Order: sequence, then structure tokens, then C-alpha cells
Amino acid sequence: MITAGIDMGAKTIKVVILKDGQIIGRGNVFSGFETRESAEEALRLALDEAGLTLKDIQTIYATGAGRKEAPHAVNDITEVGADARGIFNLFPKVRTLIDVGAEEGRGIKCSAEGKVIDFVVNEKCAAGAGSFTESMARALEVSLEDFGKISLTSNKEIPMNAQCAVFAESEVVSLIHAKTPKADIAKSVHDAIASRIISMVRRVGIDQEVALIGGVAYNVGFVDALKRGLESDVIIPENPEYIGALGAALAAAENTN
Amino acid sequence: MATKEIKRYKSKPFDCWKLAKEIRANHYREIAESRTEGGKKLLIGGGTESMIGLPAGLGDYVFFGGEPYSASFSAGSPQGAVECMEATESYGLARDLCSYFRNYVGSLLLNKYYFGGPFPKADFYLQTHFCDTHGKWYQLVSEMVGVPYFSTDLVPYRWDETEEGKKQKLEFLSGQLLDAIEWMEKTTGREYQDELLIEAVKNEMRSTSLWAQCAQLNQNIPAAMDEKSMYSFYILAVLMRHKPEVVRFYEILLDEMKDRVANQIAAVPTERFRLLHDSQPPWYALHIFRYLEKFGVACVGANYEYGLSGGWDYKEGEYLRPAKPLQDQGWPLKTREDACRALAYWWLEYHVLARGIRFSGPGKNNLVMKEIKDWNCDGLMIHLNRGCEGLATGQMEIRLALTEAGIPVMTYEGNVGDPREFDEPRTLARIDAFMESVGLDMIED
Repeated sequence: MITAGIDMGAKTIKVVILKDGQIIGRGNVFSGFETRESAEEALRLALDEAGLTLKDIQTIYATGAGRKEAPHAVNDITEVGADARGIFNLFPKVRTLIDVGAEEGRGIKCSAEGKVIDFVVNEKCAAGAGSFTESMARALEVSLEDFGKISLTSNKEIPMNAQCAVFAESEVVSLIHAKTPKADIAKSVHDAIASRIISMVRRVGIDQEVALIGGVAYNVGFVDALKRGLESDVIIPENPEYIGALGAALAAAENTN
Repeated sequence: MATKEIKRYKSKPFDCWKLAKEIRANHYREIAESRTEGGKKLLIGGGTESMIGLPAGLGDYVFFGGEPYSASFSAGSPQGAVECMEATESYGLARDLCSYFRNYVGSLLLNKYYFGGPFPKADFYLQTHFCDTHGKWYQLVSEMVGVPYFSTDLVPYRWDETEEGKKQKLEFLSGQLLDAIEWMEKTTGREYQDELLIEAVKNEMRSTSLWAQCAQLNQNIPAAMDEKSMYSFYILAVLMRHKPEVVRFYEILLDEMKDRVANQIAAVPTERFRLLHDSQPPWYALHIFRYLEKFGVACVGANYEYGLSGGWDYKEGEYLRPAKPLQDQGWPLKTREDACRALAYWWLEYHVLARGIRFSGPGKNNLVMKEIKDWNCDGLMIHLNRGCEGLATGQMEIRLALTEAGIPVMTYEGNVGDPREFDEPRTLARIDAFMESVGLDMIED
């Protein structure tokens, strides 16, 4: 059986192709303005990697903020449901799942059967999402990759307003003018984001094991801050940004005769 | 708990719904007409969680309650409500203040009455400190309009109030009500007729008790009333619970509810999951309750619309039931003092929502748990409402208590009156995710 999952994310569209439960193809494209075209492109990349054509796919499910717009999808599931399915497939012992994407951060409490027991999302607040880290990296004039790395070289604790991305950016500007080293500012920002995420996830309770998915999982500075804040280790699957798409593909497989 | 089978119940609109609309429309027309040239009726402004019946002894008057007016504005004209909010903010008031207050003050500043014509300015304002905003709202408005203002302090019973505490709070409130009457006599120059007050107080207790009985009948499976219908019905107690036509309306509604329950007539024909709601709704987005119905979910009520005007007899761990009007409990109601004492007692003893605005913690959690149980609810839907601090008191504690008890809870962020603070696509996405988590697919698309 071959199924596919399309995660129509706010910033990027990810596709996963599954064959008998194994991932055989992936695609990742910026969402842009024409999301349907971007989804077609992501699907094409995944099909190329898998060596398949669209006709070979039996069922496609979608997830993500734009899931209703996904081409070729016969059904859709929410990001919360997709994330839980995806992580359960890879790490069935995860009980607390943290997903930090471009526009949203989510905390999901999972049962031993991989079902969603409870969930929480940062609503309008951007301070717990990937776009916040990007704007902070821009403020420091470093690449996103370096932004995470340099924060690991600091051991200072500089309190930062964790409540609002706009206020945090003005604080960064003030710190720059005060000649604060970039590394210290970067660490402070990551600590603030992690703090925001952790306090949100505490609403659903934090039980081991804890996993982190979403594009922000690549940010080593954020991961370090999250582990320190949780005082525990965190599982980060390979290709963490694809877990939602994987969950959608799995849902497609479950519902295909 | 949730069932997966889709049973279809009989359903039909309420026969008395049109009557409810008519009574409400007449009330708002009466307010406008009191300000027309030659209008002799006294117009008194203030909060409806207040002494709306106390001026009854003055004779002919109409009470213009600010909160339901603001709710109507937000529901009927979200863009208009935004204009009011912006006018209030331009005046210099903070955006994070109560949105009912901002809507009302904006209406006054723009001189725009939602129901048509200029904004009706009251002859005086009368207010109970039902919440912290109410404590200042009508003081500010009376200064803006340039008319007198009188307020009373309301100190609700704590969840674990002592008998001595109850006695003191009752004396405090009933004394202030008597002071308010004296003040109104001096301010208006009108002679106060105690028998009219006594009648108004009896009506208030009767109306709120009848509405509580209607609400209690919604414990039935299937629920006879849906959330949107309830908003059309509860509002009459809020606006005019002291009037005989409202007593009569609730008698009619109660009969219809009994008939619907006896004949298994449902508000949501595919009811298979029941939610209790917490806090006011986002008035400009009531269609989210219709969206829930697409999943076979019936929102069977909320502490808000059931309890906003009081009328509930609650003993923690034992019962939550409609309160019996004091005239039926043998209370003396012959004098002004009797009436003020009865009214004060009715509010303090039977207004559990007022307690919840002030005091959170186990007391409030237990009340919500009781409501969940009695109304046969499968979960709770909490509106994290930025527009009303009072009703937001203790919401996250409630959420924690319920999830620890294994009861599914969903939250959504918004604002009771300010559409700018509501993200509809995200709210619907939350609902979708919650429905998925409790195993419900959409029945109708």
C-alpha cells in the first residue's frame, strides 16, 4: 500500500510518501502565495525521490493550516492528530510532544495508544514560534543556523520579556546598543522562547518521554534552552519537520482498504 | 460519555422564540422613546447585574442596562462595535478594559444607539459593584453625561462563607438598597411607592427561578435548548426580570420546555456529545455553536446564561437547583424594608455566578464539576475571554481540575465584545482538533 501525507504548513509544505509503513520519499517547498502550486511541487519532489508517479499513490491525506487547500487529498486531519500519529509511529513511548513550527507552537499529551488526550496551542502569540527566532536572528544580523550555534557559547543569564515578539525585539535592540555580545543576546532569546513554550506545555502536563518536532527542532540553541528548562532530555526524530506529514500519510493508510 | 452512533431526534424551533424577540425589541424601543420630545418616562442607566427593579417605586421608568446593549451591538454589528471600541480608545481608555464597557462608552461618544437614533442618555445612573469594571463604568458615564450617580457595593458570599459573614453581608447590602431608595427620591423628587417595589421584587425572584427551572430541564437527553436559543431567552431576565411580562414569558417557556422534554424534541437533532460552555460567548461569532452541531455536538448551556441573573440554590456536594422565590418560602414582603432585605438575600444566597466572579479555586471548580455532571456533559468548552476579567477568574484552574478528573476540555481565545481579538479560522481549527481527540467526525459538511 502506498499513501502520502501533505502538511500544508504556514511557511513550508512537506510531503511524505509511505510504502507499507516505510518512508520512501519526501518533499519540502516554501508555501509562498500559490499554496496549491507549491504543494504540487513538494509532491513532485517526493514522488521523484520515491521513483513513483501520482497514480501509484492510493490515498493522500492532508494536514496543516492550509489542509483544506491541498491538491489530491481525499481527506484531512488536524495538525494535532497528525503529529500524535507521526510520533507514535517512530517513538511510541512519547507522552508529551512539543511541535514548534513557523507560526504555531503546540503541546500535545499522548496516551500509550498514541491518542491525543489533551493539547494546547499558542494562539495569536508569535513568541513561541519559529518566525520569532527568524526575526531575532535578523535583528542580530546572523543566519538562523549561526543564531542557534552562537547561543551555545554563552553562559550568561539575561532576562528577557518572554510575552511578546514585538517587545522582545525592542529589547534586543536595546541590548545591542548596550554592546551586549551577540552570543549572550542569542542565548537570552532562546531561553525566552523555550520558557514561553514550556509554560504553555505545562498546561497539558509534562510526562516523560518528551519529544520535539517541527522546523525549530533544528535550532541547537533552542533545543539546549528547552532541555535546560525542562530539566530533562528531549527526543528529536530525524527530519523533525516531516512528522505531521508522516502522521497524515499514516492516517491515509489506516483508512485505506 | 460520547457515543459514536448517530441517532436522529425530532427537532423544531421554539414556538415562543418570536415572543422573546418581540419583548426585547419593545424594551429597546421604549428606551429610545423615553428620550423623544414629550417623553415622560424616567430613563435610568446602569448595569443589569444591579438594582434594575429598585426604581419600581418611582413609577413609570425604563432601565437601560449597558451590558446586554453592548452584547447586542457586537452581535448585530461587529464593525459598528469596532468603531465604538476605537472611539473609546481614542478618548484615552485602555484597550484591555471590559469590552462591554468600551462598546457602551464608544456608543455614547459617537452618539449612536445601535437600535437607531441618538444614544439615549439616562436621567441618572444606578449601579451595583458587581465586578471591578462596573465599579467605575457608570461613574465615568454619569460624569460624561452630567447626571447624578449612585452605587452600592456588593460583596458576594465566599464559597465557604460563615453564618456570621452572611449576616454581615446581608445587612450591608440591604442597608445600601434602602439608602439608594432615599437617594432616588431626593434626586427625582418623586414619591416612592413601596407596593410597586414589593411587586417588582416578587417578579424578579419569580422570573429568575422560572428561568432556572427552564435551564434545569436542559439536563434532559436530548437537550431541548441549544446555545443560540438560550441567548434569546436568558436575556429577558437580564433586562427586565422585575416585570410581569417577563414572568409570564418564562411561564410560557417552561411549559414549552416540559413539552419538548416529554416528546424528546431536541435542539440538535444529531446530538451525540454534550458540551458545557464557560464564560460569555463571542457575540459576533455565535455561528461557532452551529459549527459544533455539524459534529453532533450540543452545547447545552453555561453558568453564564443560566446564572447571570441568579436564581440558583447551591450547596456544595449536595445540590444545584432552582431557588424557590422567597414569597413561596414564607418570607414577609409587606414593607420597603422587607423588599430590600429579600432582594439582597436573593442576590447573595442564590447568585452563584457572582461568587464565581470574585472567588476561584476548589469552590468554583466544584460548581463547574457539578454542572458537568448534572447536565450530563461529555466535556467543557472554555472561552478564554479577554473581554471580561470576572468570568475569566479561575478558568485555567477549572481546566486543570477537569482534565485531572478525565473530562475533556477545549479552550479557545477571544473577546466577548471585541471582534479584533478573535481568530475564527484558528478557533474552528481548535474545534476540529478537539473533535478529533474525542473521536467525532463531522456529520454534515
